[in-house]
Amino acid sequence: MTKSELIARLAEKNPHLYMRDVERIVTTIFDEIADALSRGDRVELRGFGAFSVKKRDARQGRNPRTGEAVSVEGKAVPFFKTGKQLRERLNTDDTDS
Amino acid sequence: MVDKTITRAQLSEAVYQEVGLSRNESADLLEAVLGEISSALSRGETVKISSFGSFSVRAKGQRIGRNPKTGEEVPILPRRVLVFRPSQLLKKRINDGLAVADGNGR
Repeated sequence: MTKSELIARLAEKNPHLYMRDVERIVTTIFDEIADALSRGDRVELRGFGAFSVKKRDARQGRNPRTGEAVSVEGKAVPFFKTGKQLRERLNTDDTDS
Repeated sequence: MVDKTITRAQLSEAVYQEVGLSRNESADLLEAVLGEISSALSRGETVKISSFGSFSVRAKGQRIGRNPKTGEEVPILPRRVLVFRPSQLLKKRINDGLAVADGNGR
């Protein structure tokens, strides 16, 4: 499912809303999550999962082709931990639900 | 700067501010979005949100685990796990954002 398919599905189930409003709702949600993460905040959605940012220290890497040592800068990576309810659902639901 | 935790309340508030719906309906729509994503994932579908990232389901085989406290061997049953892969854009946005925060003496 892509973002546009998600929007289409939601629009179908909410016929009282304009498609462009549904689109703004979905965009706003993911924008807010991205904004929070870029401030270093955590986003916790009970039952679904939690987004957080993990810091990676700078390290000495190696170019796998040349074997040359290169320094890799420290960076922050987004991380998602699946919520308990969703994790259980992934393992109980049938392929069609 | 203190790291905060954002929850459904702040996300539905953002939807309320952005779209002309009531607070109640904004909260319902947020739930509907999470619900549709969860349903697709439990059907085994991959969910791709452009410029954010993709969620996919991976099947794990059975393996032998160990209770770290007792050292006892226990079988870990085959299961499905969710994997989130952030988009390049999200990764960039987070690193740019944190660089700014660090510059402010964080």
